[in-house]
Amino acid sequence: MKKKLLSVLLSTAMVASLLVGCGDKAEEPAPAEPETEAPAEDEEPADDEVEAPAEDESADAEDESASEWTADLSADTGSVLNIYCWNEEFKSRVTDHYPGYTDNGDGTGAIGDVKVNWVIVPSDDMAYQNNLDETLLKQADAAADDKIDMFLIEADYALKYVNAEGVCISMADLGLTDYMADQYQYTKDVVTDANGNVNGTSWQGCPGLYIYRRSVAKEVFGTDDPTEVQTHFSDWDKFAASAQELADAGWKVVSGYDDAYRVFSQNVSTPWVVDGKIVIDDNIMNWVEQTKDFTDKGFNNKTSLWSDDWAKGASSSGDVFGYFGPAWFIDFTLAGYTMDDADGEAAVGNGTWGDWAAIEGPQGYFWGGTWVCAAQGSDNQGLVADIMYQLTCNPDVMKEIVTADNDFCNNQPLMEEMAASGVTNAFLGGENVLEKFCAGVTSISLENSSIYDQGMTEQFQGAMKDYFDGNVDLDTALENFYTNVETRYPELTH
Amino acid sequence: MEKTKKKSGNSALTARRVFSYIILAILTVLCLFSFYILIVNATRAHSQISKGFSALPGSYALRNFQNLMSDANLPVFRGLLNSLIVAGCSAALSVYFSALTAYAIHCYDFKGKNIAFTFILMIMTVPTQVTALGFINLMDKFHMMDTFWPLIIPSVAAPAVFFFMKQYMDSALPIEIVEAARIDGSNEFGTFNKIVLPIMKPAFAVQAIFTFVTSWNNYFTPALILKKNNLKTLPILIAQLRSADFLKFDMGKVYMMILLSILPVVIVYLCLSKYIIQGVALGSVKG
Amino acid sequence: MTKKKSCVSYTKWGYVFLLPFFLVYTIFNLIPLVQTFYYSFFENYRSGLTTIGPNFVGFSNFVNIVSKFNLLKFAGNTFIMWVIGFIPQIIISLLLAAWFTDLNLKLKGQRFFKTVIYLPNLIMASAFSMLFFTIFADGGPVNEILMGVGILDTPFRFFSSVGGTRGLVGLMNFLMWFGNTTILLMAGMMGIDPSLFEAAEVDGAKPMQIFRFITMPLLKPILVYVVITSLIGGIQMFDVPQILTAGDGSPNGSTKTLIMFLNEHLFSKNYGMAGALSVILFIITAILSICVYYALTKQND
Repeated sequence: MKKKLLSVLLSTAMVASLLVGCGDKAEEPAPAEPETEAPAEDEEPADDEVEAPAEDESADAEDESASEWTADLSADTGSVLNIYCWNEEFKSRVTDHYPGYTDNGDGTGAIGDVKVNWVIVPSDDMAYQNNLDETLLKQADAAADDKIDMFLIEADYALKYVNAEGVCISMADLGLTDYMADQYQYTKDVVTDANGNVNGTSWQGCPGLYIYRRSVAKEVFGTDDPTEVQTHFSDWDKFAASAQELADAGWKVVSGYDDAYRVFSQNVSTPWVVDGKIVIDDNIMNWVEQTKDFTDKGFNNKTSLWSDDWAKGASSSGDVFGYFGPAWFIDFTLAGYTMDDADGEAAVGNGTWGDWAAIEGPQGYFWGGTWVCAAQGSDNQGLVADIMYQLTCNPDVMKEIVTADNDFCNNQPLMEEMAASGVTNAFLGGENVLEKFCAGVTSISLENSSIYDQGMTEQFQGAMKDYFDGNVDLDTALENFYTNVETRYPELTH
Repeated sequence: MEKTKKKSGNSALTARRVFSYIILAILTVLCLFSFYILIVNATRAHSQISKGFSALPGSYALRNFQNLMSDANLPVFRGLLNSLIVAGCSAALSVYFSALTAYAIHCYDFKGKNIAFTFILMIMTVPTQVTALGFINLMDKFHMMDTFWPLIIPSVAAPAVFFFMKQYMDSALPIEIVEAARIDGSNEFGTFNKIVLPIMKPAFAVQAIFTFVTSWNNYFTPALILKKNNLKTLPILIAQLRSADFLKFDMGKVYMMILLSILPVVIVYLCLSKYIIQGVALGSVKG
Repeated sequence: MTKKKSCVSYTKWGYVFLLPFFLVYTIFNLIPLVQTFYYSFFENYRSGLTTIGPNFVGFSNFVNIVSKFNLLKFAGNTFIMWVIGFIPQIIISLLLAAWFTDLNLKLKGQRFFKTVIYLPNLIMASAFSMLFFTIFADGGPVNEILMGVGILDTPFRFFSSVGGTRGLVGLMNFLMWFGNTTILLMAGMMGIDPSLFEAAEVDGAKPMQIFRFITMPLLKPILVYVVITSLIGGIQMFDVPQILTAGDGSPNGSTKTLIMFLNEHLFSKNYGMAGALSVILFIITAILSICVYYALTKQND
């Protein structure tokens, strides 16, 4: 089963946002919101005149006066803005928050005179990437109205596009570098190519946490307070010990095989491929050992990520204690699983809704996120740069996004300010979860990503599933992994 | 003596009969149980389905249907329409041109006739997937990717249908009719259209149904050719359903979608089952 | 005399009427076939966004497809799943065909049964497969029923067990095709001269003996035809396992068929491998078709 994590989750966001209804917006304890103006907002380095270099029809020097951003559309010649994505998430962000966007009502939109054409191809079975690849390869010969202007990518395969020659326009060339200073470093690392150019930007930060059932924690550990519960899960040894305690009480510490994978895979010391040879990091093997151990001891339900059975563990008839996940997972995915009455109100009493809390868990990690890239050869670079600025660098717009859509936005000062302002999350039993996100996000490091990550993750999880199920032994599973991955990427060996 | 023989023969016969009815009953259950579950579940809401199996249908059918129709990721109505267009055109072209080709072999004598006939027989068993690679490259060069043409035009050359038509002509179309028409002043093409076609009607009907169903159910080739969402045929949408995990949140929609893909063919089949089964038998008798 | 004249002057119409068929076939089948053969000798695949090749590599694609890409495993999978479906299919079909054509047995409701057993043949394989996926899931109706009736204590995880998944594929293939085979065999049996049966009965032969010594030998050509065409169809097995396992061939790649492998490489644009496999498939089906041809022509003797 293809696990299209991010796409699935983001699409889930759409579906679940219908289920969650008004949604569990972050509840403001006090009406007064400290509006921090100047510092968070604009950049200080007014001195640097960021020169947009000579791209074919690119913008000239952006108007860089002091810290104000102004859109420079003078070099834009296109009348159609083509944006390629795999679901409606970015489209809804732009529609709701980009100033000057009007919805034409037929799926397209308009910004000024430019028609915005959303090309949405779902990401199942690699359809999105295949289509994107074909179109990017034909970019030079495409008609002006058909040229791709912007496209979205996920972390797992970001490098494929970011590292490819002549595909993305760097943020420096669009004049955005200085305005991205407040973004979390890892979000820039994900889309940095081999020469150090940042080739994409994101409005989201996706630090991950471990979300557990409060009532069960009280029963087994005597407390449901996150700080105290964290002491039971602060490293992998304690995690395993707590898992045993939970199992004795009839609860599973995780729902399936792949839940903790990301936590391990992001704390590795070598990338998947070195010089064309596949390298399996020790930490990945740690995950394999731990999961096999957990499976044999009955600490999980043997389910696969995103399956119906995997999700059922969170409901009132489920027996799963905790799930790993980032912000979007909590509000848009997990919340949906917990409700008994899918059409009912998202409130305490509807299934296990509200009976959860989040802790940092044994290690920091991130999960998912969508990055926006500008395509070389675009005839609307100025507009593209402006959209990117507004949604990923403008704190005012980003604050709107946090409030309205419950995203964790890619702006460190803003998120820390909102965390400090004491917003609580009703689904998490009134916890101030933003604090935890802010703490976790700075510990993420991404030095070891490769262009093969997506395939590696999928094939490794798939191959190991047979091992966990008991169908094959470890060596055979590894052999299968190598075979499958070398089929997918014929240039690799092991 | 004969009477006793018949008697013992009768009880043995009855035993055999009972045995066969049992086996047939088991087979009927095997064939139909999955459809039964399908129909029942397509009429229940997702929450009901998650709770458990029920032998009785629910009342959610219309709701599921509406949910499915309004799902932007699954353009079911368009899918139905697309499948209909592709299958319908394929059936029409396939049947007409196979008859034409069979007519050529049947009524005309020319050099290379036998070679042509043998050739067509030989290619009958070559699977289409073998030529898929070259096929999609060619369609790309012709700029016909992501259109219906690559799915419809090749049905002009359908060896199996041709063979069926030829066999039917062998038994139903004497050359005298053609010659009589010639004497009456009809030109060749006119003869084919006005005289031969009406005679071929039963064969047309049977083969049209088969070709339609085959094209309606075809997954491999359309999946390679069609990319745009509003051009996809039903099997492609079903495959999308399978790999789109999020849709599992609403199993009612899933079952309804499966039902919609199967229903048209089932209805046609139930109305015309007699002819269809006859057609299979007809086509199988060789020589 | 006049006949010959009209034949000669109308000959060109024969060519004209043949033209559409051969034209379309040449363009849409022959040329692609040649191209596919051509591609099979080149290394040609995508790495990220760049295309590697086409570089001429001779037969190394064919070597690699067996050694590195595990072709034999997939061929094995395909064959095993075909056998799982075919053995019940041929047995039941023979049985049913014998019963339906047996004038003494006089089964009632034949029309109903024939309609029912032929129905699955027309069902969209992908939809059928999707249906089976949902009803045989760990928490699905079948497991529920089995547990409710008491046959199972915990759900049987069909899709985590090699036998389970392959069995389901075999079951679906069986259901979809046994109706068709039954009707074919019936037609064959009805073509047997009834006087042979009568003579045998007068001689005191029991039904089983009639079946073994008269029906089966006379059916042999049709049986051979059925076996080989089923085999050719089995090689093309794609829709069912593809949808059932979402293209994965899980568990442990045990349900991945040859065409699923081809499909994978067509989508990932690895034309070298796709080409090599297409050539191999073509050769296999060609050999099998020749066998069918001989089986049929032998019958005519």
